[in-house]
Amino acid sequence: MKIAVCVKEVPDAGPARRMDPDTLRADRSGDRSLNPFDLNAIEAGLRLKDAAGDGEVVLVCMGPDRALESMRRGLGMGADRAVLITDEAAAGSDLVATSYVLARALEREGADIVLFGQQASDSDGAVLWSAVADRLRMPVISQIAEFDVADGRVIAKRQTEFGYDRISAPLPAVLAVSDAVNEPRFPSLKGIMSAKKKPQDVLSLADIGVEPDRAGTAGSRTTVSALSPPPSRGDMQKIEDDGSGAEKIMEFLLERKLV
Amino acid sequence: MSTLVFLEHDGSSIPKGALGVLSKAASLDSDSAAALVGSGVRELAPEAARFGAARVFVAEDPQLEAPLPQTRVDVLSRLVQEQGFDTVLFAASVLAADVAGGLSARLDAGLNWDLGDLVIENGELVGKRSAFGDTILVDVGWTTTPRIGLIRSGSFDPAEQSSAGEVIDVDVAIEDFSTAAALVARDQEEQAGPSIEEADILVSGGRGLGSPEAFSLLEELAAALGGAVASTRAVVDSGWYPYPTQVGQTGKVVSPKLYIGCGISGAIQHKVGMQTSQTIVSINKDPHAPIFDFSDLGVVGDLHEIVPKLTELVKARRG
Repeated sequence: MKIAVCVKEVPDAGPARRMDPDTLRADRSGDRSLNPFDLNAIEAGLRLKDAAGDGEVVLVCMGPDRALESMRRGLGMGADRAVLITDEAAAGSDLVATSYVLARALEREGADIVLFGQQASDSDGAVLWSAVADRLRMPVISQIAEFDVADGRVIAKRQTEFGYDRISAPLPAVLAVSDAVNEPRFPSLKGIMSAKKKPQDVLSLADIGVEPDRAGTAGSRTTVSALSPPPSRGDMQKIEDDGSGAEKIMEFLLERKLV
Repeated sequence: MSTLVFLEHDGSSIPKGALGVLSKAASLDSDSAAALVGSGVRELAPEAARFGAARVFVAEDPQLEAPLPQTRVDVLSRLVQEQGFDTVLFAASVLAADVAGGLSARLDAGLNWDLGDLVIENGELVGKRSAFGDTILVDVGWTTTPRIGLIRSGSFDPAEQSSAGEVIDVDVAIEDFSTAAALVARDQEEQAGPSIEEADILVSGGRGLGSPEAFSLLEELAAALGGAVASTRAVVDSGWYPYPTQVGQTGKVVSPKLYIGCGISGAIQHKVGMQTSQTIVSINKDPHAPIFDFSDLGVVGDLHEIVPKLTELVKARRG
């Protein structure tokens, strides 16, 4: 069974996340790591391969060339190979452009299952899998809390506003898993040591047959025009618990007449 | 502007969020249309007219009965092209996000998501979106039409108005791959105990509780305060706590007087369900947890120590 896992490199969580006021894009100068939600997708891929007894787990990413370093975490967890699409002409790609580039890259792989995590932690986007599935003309199931693959089909349980749906689809299929689907493993020392030696293809847009006007700003259909501070919630306090945290909360509740 | 609003439904009613987006569209474009897609949905058309639809496009087909996205992409893409709509709006939901994403690819149409407001500036449609855990407000736009927008839950309230609501039948043509995924079963969980939507005080627990057993700490605090216990999607999906207690995008939207979040990181899906609470107190070990960005009082610490102490303090106060 061949499994492709689409991953993204994102700014590390924490106070440093910001937009660059000059480019109106996410500031990519700080520390970077794999989108944490993608770890669940990688874990799901590794378990599928283990259950099938053979196969390959390929990580597919579009991003700057140093994204390869972040992808090594996935290789360290056990993925077999990394494919990074990197090209200056791809910078600033929105959903239309990104889904087009990823679909072209995935077509080359011909995977039985294409996996995504539940969202990107930087953009909060949760729409890419559906766009990619449409371009690949494959069935898609998103928000998956549990799933099984057997006899060339996937059966998945997913949460919606109305409860849980069970959905069945033939392979090949695009699956987006929630962060409740599994507990991602940590890369072992041996995994980390071997990650660098695993195949890592770095491809340009031309290499995967993407016309320059289908990617980056040229291939995008949305813009960011301005940044401003959000509406304030008023006074906010944040304290470290030094043993008196409960007392401080109690004082606060009394002040606001909530007890 | 010629706007089409996708109206999700549960077979018998249209959620408030979708009607709110329709009312907003009608305020920007009095000729706004709505799309009802499903099986036996024609009877919902008057509801669409009541909240602002000048025209209601009804796509009825047994293949559309299951609430799955890809058949809806087929219907909407054809409708947008034939009718020349330049804007397609969705109230965010699990289904709507998948439909909007597929439609974006099918039509190569720009999609902006998580929009909290829509305005016309210099004759152009501009979306207002908060980003990075609502630490910044971003103005977003579209360079071509059709434009697609996904509106954040609870952004617009439905406003009654008398619109023509002319019902127009849509021819349905479905792609082969769109019916490959099939609905096998729906498990709709029934409500047990008091509804979290009615409680004035909610004590809510996330994965930071560490185990389902730790919910007992929250139950004791909620009992002392006279409130109810709520939860997050992560713990519900993990089977730690029942679905009817879930707050967030795919759960309930609550605005109690007091919301105490314990071990909750504050992911966007959770935030949209509780951000209008009057007072928010949060306890989390991770000083970078996004929930601290919208908490009136944030305590960085171990909830397993703080919550039982707080329960004792509340009990002592109440006698």
